[in-house]
Amino acid sequence: MNASTVHASTATTDVPTQRREITADTVASSRRRRATRRRAVMAVLGALIVVCFAITLMVGQTFYPPADVIGVILGHDVAGATFTVGRLRLPRAVLAVLVGLCFGIGGVTFQTMLRNPLASPDIIGISSGASAAAAFAIVTLSLGEAQVSAFAIVAGLVVALVVYGLSFKSGVVGTRLILIGIGIAAMLDSVTAYVLSQAAEWDLQEATRWLTGSLNGSNWAQVVPVLVALAVLGPVLVGQSRNLSMGQLGDDTASALGVRVERSRIVVIIAAVGLIAFATAATGPIAFVAFLAGPIASRIVGPGGSLLIPSALVGALLVLVADFCGQFAFDTRFPVGVVTGVLGAPYLIYLIVRTNRAGGSL
Amino acid sequence: MTASGTLTAPDVAIVRRPRRLRGVWLLGALGVLGLLTVASVMVGSREVGLDDIVAALGGSVDGFDEAAVAKRIPRTVLAVIAGAALGMSGAVMQGVTRNPLADPGILGVNLGASLAVVIGLAYFGLSSATSFIWVAIAGAAVAALFVYTVGSLGRGGATPLKLALAGAATSAALASFVTAVVLPRNDIAGGVRSWQIGGVGGASFDSTLQVLPFLLVGFAICFLSARGLNSLALGDDLAAGLGERVAIARGAASLGAVVLCGAITAVTGPIAFVGLVVPHACRLLIGVDHRWLLPFSAVLGAALLTGADIIGRIAARPGEVDVGIITALIGAPFFIYIVRRQKVRAL
Amino acid sequence: MTTDHTLSIENLTLGYADRTVIDGLDLLVPAGKVTAIVGANACGKSTLLRSMSRLLAPRTGRVVLDGRDVHRMPAKQLARTLGLLPQSPIAPEGITVADLVGRGRHPHQGILSRWSREDDIAVAEALEATETAALAERSVDELSGGQRQRVWIAMALAQQTDLLLLDEPTTFLDVSHQIEVLDLLTDLNSTRGTTIVMVLHDLNLAARYSDHLVALSAGRVHAQGSPAEVLTEEVVRTVFGLDSRVILDPTSGKPLMLPIGRHHMTELSAL
Repeated sequence: MNASTVHASTATTDVPTQRREITADTVASSRRRRATRRRAVMAVLGALIVVCFAITLMVGQTFYPPADVIGVILGHDVAGATFTVGRLRLPRAVLAVLVGLCFGIGGVTFQTMLRNPLASPDIIGISSGASAAAAFAIVTLSLGEAQVSAFAIVAGLVVALVVYGLSFKSGVVGTRLILIGIGIAAMLDSVTAYVLSQAAEWDLQEATRWLTGSLNGSNWAQVVPVLVALAVLGPVLVGQSRNLSMGQLGDDTASALGVRVERSRIVVIIAAVGLIAFATAATGPIAFVAFLAGPIASRIVGPGGSLLIPSALVGALLVLVADFCGQFAFDTRFPVGVVTGVLGAPYLIYLIVRTNRAGGSL
Repeated sequence: MTASGTLTAPDVAIVRRPRRLRGVWLLGALGVLGLLTVASVMVGSREVGLDDIVAALGGSVDGFDEAAVAKRIPRTVLAVIAGAALGMSGAVMQGVTRNPLADPGILGVNLGASLAVVIGLAYFGLSSATSFIWVAIAGAAVAALFVYTVGSLGRGGATPLKLALAGAATSAALASFVTAVVLPRNDIAGGVRSWQIGGVGGASFDSTLQVLPFLLVGFAICFLSARGLNSLALGDDLAAGLGERVAIARGAASLGAVVLCGAITAVTGPIAFVGLVVPHACRLLIGVDHRWLLPFSAVLGAALLTGADIIGRIAARPGEVDVGIITALIGAPFFIYIVRRQKVRAL
Repeated sequence: MTTDHTLSIENLTLGYADRTVIDGLDLLVPAGKVTAIVGANACGKSTLLRSMSRLLAPRTGRVVLDGRDVHRMPAKQLARTLGLLPQSPIAPEGITVADLVGRGRHPHQGILSRWSREDDIAVAEALEATETAALAERSVDELSGGQRQRVWIAMALAQQTDLLLLDEPTTFLDVSHQIEVLDLLTDLNSTRGTTIVMVLHDLNLAARYSDHLVALSAGRVHAQGSPAEVLTEEVVRTVFGLDSRVILDPTSGKPLMLPIGRHHMTELSAL
């Protein structure tokens, strides 16, 4: 049945060896089945992203046929389309995908690491830190784009460090970290509220949109840092995916299996926080994407196997679709963060209910 | 020590004081409150003297100083009763949920009240303070029920972590709804924003008077629940064994807490952490008997909020920092300190 | 199938932030045998085991495996020789038995390696040995306590280590499952020669199932040797603070400890 080399067995009796071979076959085939399902799901998600991407480029206040869109992408000058598609829609769509990837993978990383789907970076203070820094940079210091990003990233990392440090008492207990993160988030949210309350009117508008997460006014300058972050930190995170999976078994078991738990954790935290901070710096904290991408991916991919890439894809899809809806589905134009917030909320509550009922972890 | 966070000795230093000392502490707290009240009227962006205060009390508003005082008096009154309401409401919530981390802000109750008010304002054109108050209480009740239900599912019932997370998630959800309602409405956006931060700055005797009956009802219900809360602290089973009607006691106490915090949120906007910090401090001083704990929390809460308001007025002269921000900045580190002290078992 | 390894502990001092738990302990673990460690609650049994598998760094002294300090060995290399089943392992939600057992192959898989036939065979062997092959596709959440513990042991087996440390593998299990697990461990030791070190809280089970019994007290080894040598009334009194009678267990031929309390004692129990 197996084409691979004959395994030299020390047992000489046939029946146990046969049984073992059969069991091994069963194990291998079920593993392959799960891997196939994963790959199929990722392929479908990827295809959906491409389709939605194309739709957002074509559909809008004016409809541009595919030929025009492709022309613009290739760099030709197409009357009318070059500006709308090239300068407005294309960077917006690209940023949506990139940011979605970052939030998706960053969110699921935290949820896996802390073994709790409710332990999302938006809740434990990282997004709050990035937002507070950004609001401060915009309103009080009136800084430009790049500097706002830098502020946000530093703030995100500092918050992560503080939360981690405060929850460290001869080892980190996930529970304690989550609660401390909630406390820090509350503090930072109040700082943000204060900064905004001091704002002059026109600054207030931009800052507010910023805080709920918005893709309005996306430009290529915003895309570049996120792209670089994803290109550098993304592979780092994916490389740690096996260590992350092992970490799910508990620190002791993972260590016993040869995982350098503390070291892996630091690398993972820096990478995940970096991705989230870069993304938040570009678009503001798009609510619930980080929170939901992991659980959604887990449901469609099934148990076992790494969720990092599926969650990234789910995140990208969520942002694309939500932004499109926010622009055209309602009377008012809503920023993408409000759409994900409102549509995500019921699903979020449902997830909590389900998680609590099962008493489980991710 | 159960995972449901029963308030027992390892977590909070329970010191059994003789009756006499409790009375002393209460009188002391009242004294501090009195001082702070006076200070609140005296201190602010402008310094005023005692004779200005007396004159303003008498109704005259000649001159800036007296006008300033005239503004501060309702503000101080509001700070005092808001602090009392929040302090007692927090103590009751911690007793009902047996959860040292319970607080109207953390449990999303404040945001439930906010959302209800915002919806009333935006879609139903409500405008009177009384209507806001009713709506806020309803919103607070719904949010509290929801968070408690969601947080109690599964193993271990409503553990501190599950409740806090359910509260945080619900708050996030409710906040999105609030933004969704407010964002397209430029007419109300500015007003809502300043209310959302949570402060006593916009106080007037009018709104204060209108909320007073609600608060009195809330205080009364809470006082009457004090004995029930003492029994509940032992756990549902033991309490029932002692003859307590558990469901009724819990329901009544929750109602009192929700009325207090909903009504106050309607007037001041959501102010967090008072309900968290104050009961802990009180427990350290006078123990866990709710018949003493509730009134003491009210007094200390009033003192805290008045003090926070004073700080808010001095710290950023000539501007002001709203009370909600100060309480968050003080309260969050305290919350973290409590979390660190607890022996929290990993879920 | 297993090569003999020497695992020894030299002058080990362990502790947490403010207190010292193990104080200058020396121990040589006999190769190819079943060793049980017993002692009063919080006497450091788990701490000792955790240090042996390098989860906890020692303040002084060292744990030596085949002449090398365990804390200086690369993690994966150690994991290929020494396996640990900690006290409360966590199973991610929804994971299947086969998947969980498969995690035990981690020390043998490099960063880029894919699953090989060898890995599958190792998993199959582990499943067969613990008689959990029929459960392979089931979700771990649905299993009974005894079944789940067998699955965890299977995971440790899939690691294919010559030494296996187990921290209280029978706590929280009811009696029949306790016996099930201990019999399984004995099988492993007799058929594969795996050296087993287990922390047990039940003195009598420890005496019955071990070749070498170690009693810890005050951070050191108070007594070690065969169960008959170690399980005496004097040791029980010193280590557990309990009066007892030790008789010969007719069912196993090993010593049996009968505790003496204040009530329900016949005249025969008076010393």
